[in-house]
Amino acid sequence: MRVPMTWLREYVDLPADVTARDLASRLTLAGLEVETVDALGADLQGPLVLGRVLEIEELTEFKKPIRFCRVDVGAANGTGEPQEIVCGARNFSEGDLIVAVLPGAELPGGFKIGARKTYGRMSAGMICSATELGLWEDHTGIVVLPEGFGEPGQDAIGLLGLREDVLDIAVTPDRGYALSMRGVARDAATLYGVDLHDPAGIAVAEPTGEGHPARIEDPALADRLVLRGATGFDPEAPTPLWMKRRLHQSGVRPVSLAVDVTNYVMLELGQPLHAWDRDRLQGTVTVRAAEAGEKLETLDHVQRSLDTDDIVIADDAGAQAVAGVMGGLDTEIGLSSTAVLVEAAHFDQMHIARASRRHQLSSEASRRFERGVDSAVQAAAATRAVELLAELGGASVESAWTHVTHPAADRTITMRASHPGSVAGVEYPEGTAEKHLRAIGCTVERDGEVLTVTPPTWRPDLTDPNDLAEEVIRFEGYENIPAVRLSGPGRGLTDSQRLRRVFGRMLADTGHTEVLSYPFVGERDLEGLQLGADDPRRDSVRLANPLNDEEPLLRTTLLPGLFKTLARNVSRGLNDVALFETGLVYLPSHNGNAPILTVDRGPTAEEIERVDAALPHQPRRVGVVLAGRAERDGWWGQGREATWADAIQAARDVARVAGVGLEVEAAEHTPWHPGRCAALYVRVGGERVLAGHAGELHPRAIQAFGLPARTAAAEVDLDVVESARAEVRAPEISTYPVATQDVALVVDAGVPVGALSDALAEGAGDLLESVRLFDVYTGEQVGEGRKSVAFALRFRAPDRTLTAEEAGAARDAAVAVAAERTGASLRG
Amino acid sequence: MSAPNSSYDPVEVTPLHPDEVARMRDEALSAIEAAGDLDELKEVRLAHASDRSPLALANREIGALPPAAKADAGKRVGGARRDVGQALKARQAVLENERDERVLVEERVDVTLPWDRTPRGARHPLTTVAERMTDVFVGMGFEVAEGPEVEAEWFNFDALNFEPDHPARTMQDTFFVESGEGGDSGMVMRTHTSPVQVRALLERELPVYVVAPGKTFRTDELDATHTPVFHQLEGLVVDRGITLAHLRGAIDAFVGAVFGEGLRTRFRASYFPFTEPSAEVDMECFVCRGASVGDPDAPCRTCSSEGWIEIGGCGVVNPRVLRAAGVDPEQYSGWAFGLGIERTLMFAHGVRDMRDMVEGDIRFSSAFGSEI
Repeated sequence: MRVPMTWLREYVDLPADVTARDLASRLTLAGLEVETVDALGADLQGPLVLGRVLEIEELTEFKKPIRFCRVDVGAANGTGEPQEIVCGARNFSEGDLIVAVLPGAELPGGFKIGARKTYGRMSAGMICSATELGLWEDHTGIVVLPEGFGEPGQDAIGLLGLREDVLDIAVTPDRGYALSMRGVARDAATLYGVDLHDPAGIAVAEPTGEGHPARIEDPALADRLVLRGATGFDPEAPTPLWMKRRLHQSGVRPVSLAVDVTNYVMLELGQPLHAWDRDRLQGTVTVRAAEAGEKLETLDHVQRSLDTDDIVIADDAGAQAVAGVMGGLDTEIGLSSTAVLVEAAHFDQMHIARASRRHQLSSEASRRFERGVDSAVQAAAATRAVELLAELGGASVESAWTHVTHPAADRTITMRASHPGSVAGVEYPEGTAEKHLRAIGCTVERDGEVLTVTPPTWRPDLTDPNDLAEEVIRFEGYENIPAVRLSGPGRGLTDSQRLRRVFGRMLADTGHTEVLSYPFVGERDLEGLQLGADDPRRDSVRLANPLNDEEPLLRTTLLPGLFKTLARNVSRGLNDVALFETGLVYLPSHNGNAPILTVDRGPTAEEIERVDAALPHQPRRVGVVLAGRAERDGWWGQGREATWADAIQAARDVARVAGVGLEVEAAEHTPWHPGRCAALYVRVGGERVLAGHAGELHPRAIQAFGLPARTAAAEVDLDVVESARAEVRAPEISTYPVATQDVALVVDAGVPVGALSDALAEGAGDLLESVRLFDVYTGEQVGEGRKSVAFALRFRAPDRTLTAEEAGAARDAAVAVAAERTGASLRG
Repeated sequence: MSAPNSSYDPVEVTPLHPDEVARMRDEALSAIEAAGDLDELKEVRLAHASDRSPLALANREIGALPPAAKADAGKRVGGARRDVGQALKARQAVLENERDERVLVEERVDVTLPWDRTPRGARHPLTTVAERMTDVFVGMGFEVAEGPEVEAEWFNFDALNFEPDHPARTMQDTFFVESGEGGDSGMVMRTHTSPVQVRALLERELPVYVVAPGKTFRTDELDATHTPVFHQLEGLVVDRGITLAHLRGAIDAFVGAVFGEGLRTRFRASYFPFTEPSAEVDMECFVCRGASVGDPDAPCRTCSSEGWIEIGGCGVVNPRVLRAAGVDPEQYSGWAFGLGIERTLMFAHGVRDMRDMVEGDIRFSSAFGSEI
């Protein structure tokens, strides 16, 4: 809502020294957020004066006709002699009153005016168009002022109102009343404690008889319809300058007098109006629901298929307007209309909101109706409009007019007088609530501590005691609410929340950089991952309105986002990249749609369960992707490339910080390299549960995402890892000496080291403290298809120093199990 | 060892003769003095102070002396051995010092050489800022509540008093989930963290003091100031006798902890369906502290010379929300707030372009390290 200050001051007795900025900051604190204060014409500098065209000499030797004018500018040019000005416009005659800007002046946009030679003549200034003056958009020629507007030489800046401060207010959805000068004026008057002159308070004479026939088919669609006629209207009558200027300053394009008047009254009172060409209307005006299959071509030349939920204004020929949204083309007021029927109605908010959304049509009217229009202002608004048509367009106002009403009962709210104070945490003086509620138009009755409040017809948003509390608090000043510290009974983060922080810290400390990629993916990503036709990861949640039609799905794996981010880094010359992301993936539950529950009471456990069952399963994952060097080259020597092993180690580290052991096993799982992929398992209550995969990526996936060769990745389900956590019991620390035994075992090359290590650990028994692989050898000495694997075993007893025999026996037992399980033999 | 012999003349036992003891001692002392390095001293120690040294051997003879002579001889030999021991220790210290001065200097390295063999990683600053913001409230006795990102419309809108056709609902630029079986799925990507309010009230015992940091989604194209995926920190208190003054206190504590003590805050009346009354929260610009307002010569980029920075929205929990969550609004009241995590990061650390937080360029996060 754009509010010119001089217009507003017509309705509020604001002190003269209150500037637009002062008012803006008060309104903003009170809930009408002034986004900007436009100081129109602030950069305008005179001399800018009225002038009378004395003589026009047509210059014909140029490509376009040019006029050399002598203009009377009174004494404004210092000499009193006529001013000589070259002008390219042709819409004026000798004797016309125009606006001339003289040398030394500056027009909006830093346009400096001087005397200069043009078209072979000296031109000392310029005759101005409305656009050049910032009045309104008009490229058809210069401004010709009506006779009697003023005298040559008079300053035009003041006369034309070229300097104006305009407040631009972002109106919240609850404050429909503030989409009018009247509503803003009321808040301003309340804030400053000054008088309000309500523009809706005009005298409206009772109708002298029936006006145009009309009816409302269903009171649920509209509860008031007013039609007022004006005849003998001059369709060529111009809109006066002041009205055009105000419309332009308010952001509304001037069109024609009849349309401008309806817009002007809408800005003034907040009531959208429609001006019908009465001669084109056939029979009774009916407010009804659109019929199935009904069509209407609206003012914007769009043929619209109406919905049976749309409200229409119809005549006997059919729908003529989508009520509260946009008028129809057929009955539009035209350049020949002399009989005007002004319609003012109060339509149901929700119907208009739905229609506006359905037709993707947000108009000045729909914005107001869906936020709530005064349900009693229609007669005043229609009357104001026809009176303006009479005054400015020579029409006669018909004294018989139509008023159809189905008034709703008054709503009352009861509230304790102290309620606003107890919401704010401030003790307001006795009578505070009544004072402010009355100022905004409420009727307030007090019975002891209880107030019975009837909100005014223009405040449909006031329905609950807290709405009233807000009104009281905002006029008492939100800024005056004190700050009081409080503290809750919380017991800190949960184990799970603390653990999640640790995952991230650990990965960052081991060289990985966290990214937060978008969860949107497309078919192409799933193809890039080389997923099979029935891979469960293809089963995705789909968005009805994705930002990008190529990416309508939600991720079922973190990998695509990580791959793209990795590729972006590489494209920026960052070649050694290790990334990680923790976030949710979305796995459809296929349990139907989520029901919309009631809001009158809390839901039952069963209801919540039904809602939650419909939601996708959303486990938390961590993904890691690595490319380039894991260790750099340097003065210490060669670095090394990141490999499949780094990816698996990242997964092991994730489990380790959770205190969970990870079982690693070879697996084939896209998008990983089939020979370099590990499946990762944890034990949950004795059961082995898949927690994720890690390894080097498949060359085809690498190609699809444009990744560096040998890029490695891991993805682990953190919820699964967390579920495998067990309470840590303190170990008993033996202070007896350690006995170390190294064994080198020869096995088939295909035997996984993990299996060998597990077998040794199991065979070694309780005395084993640790088993660690320290060498893998393949070569001639062990023979084709074989490998030698060397482990360091450490033995220790809790209660004694182990003898060499005891340690040896434990080692032999370990080797025996390894031999039995894997066919291993002791080397050499 | 010889047995005691009462008729034995100590003078006759050559090694215990005073001159002989003095000679052994002097010999040892001069050998110690002559030792040129620690290896030589080690040899001298073996020759003159070990179990097989002449003085040690002489000492053994004392046991064979008559009792009357033992004390005298013991004192003599013991004194000599002590002298040798002390000289050894002194010489050892001298030689070690000499060695240290020479060898350790030779072993000097260039400690400014880099050792960045393994690249450093970093957490995303949005993660660490969110944790920091969360911890301010955890310190005030709040717990952390959570909820799903793909959320039921009922939680995201209806329970929060967004009426089905109210403009406020369409203003949210919602991502809707397509139904797998026709009709409306009844699911959206949550447009704010506020549905966690309702979940917290349903899951927890009263009173409830929680914050909920998390991802939120709206259909905004990515540009310098918008991103379709962003983060909020929701706060909710529901208890008896809760007022806007407590809300202001909590917000002030947050601003003080994250942006610096002494910054003023202000509430501006506003509108959210789930709070009534509602307010926007501004804090004083921490860069210019209002000095740039109306001073065209010193514009402030942080607050656009407004003097205030909007950091979030808040208000008294609408009693309709309490009712939908099964809480009796006659007994309990509360407030809620939503703070922008991106905004907090942008302001607190001067991030100028939203895209920097989104694109995952490792140079961006690396600048922040593991903790903010």
